[in-house]
Amino acid sequence: MTATGAVGVAVASAPAAALELCGIDVRYGARFANRGVSLRVEPGTVHAVVGENGAGKSTLLGVAYGEVRAAAGRLVVHGREAALVGHTPARAIALGLGMVHQHFMLVPTLTVVENVILGREPRRGPLVDFSRAEAELATLAAAHGLALDPRALVETLSVGERQRVEIAKVLFRGAEVLLFDEPTAVLGPSEVGAFLRALRGLAERGKTVVLVTHKLDEVAAVADAVTVLRHGERVVSYAQGSVPAPEMIARAIIGREPPPPLMPPPVRDRGAPVLTARGLISGSSLLGVDLELRAGEILGLAGVEGNGQAELVLALARLSACAGEIVRAPGALGHIPADRHRHGLVADFTLAENLTLGRQRELSGRVTMDRARVLTHARELLARFDVRPGEPDLPVRALSGGNQQKLVVARELSRPGLTVLLCAHPTRGVDLAAADTIRRALVEARAAGVGVLLISSDLGELRALSDRIAVLVRGRIVATLARDAATEEALGALMTAARESQEPSA
Amino acid sequence: MTLIETILSVGFVAQALRVTVPYALAALGGTLAERAGVVSLALEGMLLFGAFTATLGSALGGPALGALCGIVGGLLVAAVYELIVVRWRADQVVCAIAINLLVLGLTRTLLVLVWGSASSSPRVPGLGSTGTWAFVAAAAVLALALSELVRRTPWGLRLRAAGERPDALASLGVDVERVRWGAVLASGALAGLGGAWLALDVGGFSDAMSSGRGYIALAAVVSGKWRPLGATAACLLFGVAGALELNLQAEATSLPRELVQMLPYVVTLIAVSSVARGARAPSALGQPLG
Repeated sequence: MTATGAVGVAVASAPAAALELCGIDVRYGARFANRGVSLRVEPGTVHAVVGENGAGKSTLLGVAYGEVRAAAGRLVVHGREAALVGHTPARAIALGLGMVHQHFMLVPTLTVVENVILGREPRRGPLVDFSRAEAELATLAAAHGLALDPRALVETLSVGERQRVEIAKVLFRGAEVLLFDEPTAVLGPSEVGAFLRALRGLAERGKTVVLVTHKLDEVAAVADAVTVLRHGERVVSYAQGSVPAPEMIARAIIGREPPPPLMPPPVRDRGAPVLTARGLISGSSLLGVDLELRAGEILGLAGVEGNGQAELVLALARLSACAGEIVRAPGALGHIPADRHRHGLVADFTLAENLTLGRQRELSGRVTMDRARVLTHARELLARFDVRPGEPDLPVRALSGGNQQKLVVARELSRPGLTVLLCAHPTRGVDLAAADTIRRALVEARAAGVGVLLISSDLGELRALSDRIAVLVRGRIVATLARDAATEEALGALMTAARESQEPSA
Repeated sequence: MTLIETILSVGFVAQALRVTVPYALAALGGTLAERAGVVSLALEGMLLFGAFTATLGSALGGPALGALCGIVGGLLVAAVYELIVVRWRADQVVCAIAINLLVLGLTRTLLVLVWGSASSSPRVPGLGSTGTWAFVAAAAVLALALSELVRRTPWGLRLRAAGERPDALASLGVDVERVRWGAVLASGALAGLGGAWLALDVGGFSDAMSSGRGYIALAAVVSGKWRPLGATAACLLFGVAGALELNLQAEATSLPRELVQMLPYVVTLIAVSSVARGARAPSALGQPLG
């Protein structure tokens, strides 16, 4: 095997690769989403495909699975050439490919077993043979360590459990090559570890895994080989045994030296309180939360997802009703919501329109909106936060998830007279460079005297940015630590204390 | 006879069942289409056209041929509807209303062209008592069979997935468009049969004779929480209300006639706003495929 695989594609080499994509072109109008991309995945390995948001990773998986049409290129599965013209998911499944989408493709109102067998139902006469289906699922689940209740409704499952249903679905169809599109973006930190172990397990049992991600610690943990994409083109491939250190991969991903990790020193003298909450109660998710956010500080909020973080932010933003007292200093409130599609953006509006939301008055003439000023305002923010493509007239739905996130951050941070910023998972699903941009913007806001409440499932991020960290467990704040005291061990102990029986893990 | 005695009589039950039949057939069809994600507002047009073609069939070859022609008529309307909304992905509500108005005008025109009358066809052979009970039995069997179909067959599973998460179904290599085609065609056949009953029960076609039954059937789909047996039960309720209305009209009660005529519709409103309040429609209902 060559030292670095940044070479032409060896089509004829034996033994056959599990999956080979050669010279893939995908075009959306004049823009190339993939340009001459090649990928060779050896059987029984975990192959990571990495790159920034919009680098073309998901597009490439979509081509293999028949969901995205390629303008040119070839697809070879286990040495057998497969036509890319008229390629469909049905054909991909027949070739032994299986895909786990970033946004789960599950029917919430059906049971686990119904979701697993959908489209390939075992039959007894005209009916579905549910007993056989459950038996087959049980065998498969046991072989791969996927703990699942076959009769549970999918809508009642946790995110981690849903992920396991997706994997079971793919395996049930006899997939040999499993394609994962940013599978950990939706998982909490505790679930990520279990998931990565499951991936390794699949490879050990002879399955081939293609893992699209932009988290380099995951790559270091599980990947045998790595392919890096940038701006729709392949930059380099590292074959098994020659995967370099994460720093070098990071350099290949962004095409220059990565920014040094951001670690602003904690502030010493905090300002006056800008947001004070006393005894917040909301349903069963908030059971009396007291909180004080001061000007010029970043207050982190740690906790396992589902302990009331989402509800707390919605309550503080007054997007949901709750009992208790909330006092806020005069000035604007910025809110970077956890669910950007529901609370942050209007997908069918253009970038410029979304950036204008909440500021229509200010950007208007006497009667109508001042289009020239709307566009100038939009261009300025798009450039500052490096939203790509930065076309103000594009609809938001045309952007990748990471770029949509940058758009929300840009709008919320640019509110005039901002005094309070509520931010939930501001860098989730966002690539390295963009995450760095967003974090720097938060620190700048702090320096400008804004009180920032930061929720993140990424403990590293919380500890790097927060001046204080409060820990939320089961609807109550159990402790607030200064940054120096908030070690990962200390936080972990507080977060998991008294919640042993929450979710049986696999 | 007091009202209570009337309600408990065999005659009243038979009457209620007869009123129920066209609602139930249309509602069963509507349930299938809506579970697959296609709005069933066009039931009205399917019923009306089925009634017309059934009359034509019965005039040519008796009630059996009439029933068959009713099914074909419903299928034709369904085929047009689904071509527009499933294949061409047009807005389902708007198209359904257009189709209903189109069928209303078309049957009126055909009535003049075929029978030279603006209001009704001449008498054609009706069902007779054997035919009547065959229809009632068929509706009951269909309700049970379709319930099993939706719950326990592969096609039923795909049907439910198509109405909830069509993208998930498509990602598994299933042709969602075909599932929806099948469901809408089935709804056309069932509603067409319901239309055939309307015409053959009274032995002829009259202008606009479906008189909103398709919409009531849709209300039954919702009240029945998108389940075949639930929808049928809701139709039975409307059937009882309808039979009650007929009896109250026959008896010279002191109640104003217009108020009595409102009874089935009031029952519908109460049913939809009470029983169906917690019901959840298929998530992808009305959404064209991407």
